Amino acid sequence: MPEPPVFASQYVSIPHRDHSAELGMWVFIATEILLFGGLILAYFVYRHAFPQAFAEGSQHTDILIGTINTAVLLTSSFLVAWAVEIFSAATAKIVTWLLVGAACLGLAFIALKGIEYRKEYHEHLIPGIDFQLARPLANGVQLFFVFYLIATAIHAVHMLIGICLLLTLAIISRRAPTTRHHTALHSAALYWHFVDVVWIFLFALIYLPGRAAS
Amino acid sequence: MTQWRPPLALVGAWLGLLALLALTVALAYVPLGAGNAVVAMSIGTVKAALVAAIFMELRHRNGLTLVFAGAGLFWLGILLWLGLMDFVTRT
Repeated sequence: MPEPPVFASQYVSIPHRDHSAELGMWVFIATEILLFGGLILAYFVYRHAFPQAFAEGSQHTDILIGTINTAVLLTSSFLVAWAVEIFSAATAKIVTWLLVGAACLGLAFIALKGIEYRKEYHEHLIPGIDFQLARPLANGVQLFFVFYLIATAIHAVHMLIGICLLLTLAIISRRAPTTRHHTALHSAALYWHFVDVVWIFLFALIYLPGRAAS
Repeated sequence: MTQWRPPLALVGAWLGLLALLALTVALAYVPLGAGNAVVAMSIGTVKAALVAAIFMELRHRNGLTLVFAGAGLFWLGILLWLGLMDFVTRT
C-alpha cells in the first residue's frame, strides 16, 4: 500500500499509531458501555419493581421484527469484520461492496424499527403521546415502553452514525487504500460491533421476557 | 485468488451467532419461570463474547488492549452492583 505521510510525530511507527487508535476506541467504547449501562440499570430496577408489567409489556413488542433485526445486525457485523480482515489494495473493490452491504443492512434495520414504532403507535403504546391499556398493570407497562423507546432510539442514533461512517470509509478507501484507511476502518468496525453487542442485550431485555406465559 | 474469502473463524462466528439467536428465541417460549431471564441473559452474554473475541479480534490481542477493553465492563459491574444492591436486598 503506498503511503505518503505515514504517521504523526508523536508515534514511533505505524503499529504504534494503530495500537494507540485501537486503545482510544476501547476507551470510547467504555464510555458508551456506561451510557447504555445507566439505562439497563434503570430497566432492572423497574423490572424488579414491576415484574408482571414488564412481562406484559414485552408481549406487546413484535418479536418477529426484533428477531429479524438481530439477524440483520449480526450479518452486518460479519460483513464489516470480513472487510477488515481482507482489506488491501488488491481487494479494494470487494471491501467497498462489503461496507456498502453492511450499511444497507443497517438501513434495513432502521426501516424495520420504523415499521415497529408505527405499529406500536397504532396500538396506543407510546407513553406521553397515546397510551391506552387496561389497569392494573398499565403503570408498569408504561415504564417498560419508556425504557423501550429511549433505549431503542439512542441505539438507532448510534446505528445512523455507524452507517455514515461505513459509507464514508467505503467511498474514501475504494481507490488506493492505505494503512491509514485500514486503521480508520478498524476503529469504525469496533464501534459497529459494539452497537451490535448493545442490541444483543436490548433484544434479550425487550423482546424475550414473558413469552413462555402467553 | 482466495484472498477475498472470509476466514473460517468469521463464518463460524456468524453462523454460531445466528444459531444462538434461534436458540434464545425458542427457549423464551419454554416455561422455566425465573430461569427464562437467566437463560436469555446467559445466551446474550455468550453472543457478546463471540462478537468481542472474533469480530472485535480480542482473541488476537495482548494484555494492554484487554485491560482497556475490560475497563468498560469493570465500571459497568460497579454501576450495576452498587446500583442494584439496595433494590434486590430490600425486604
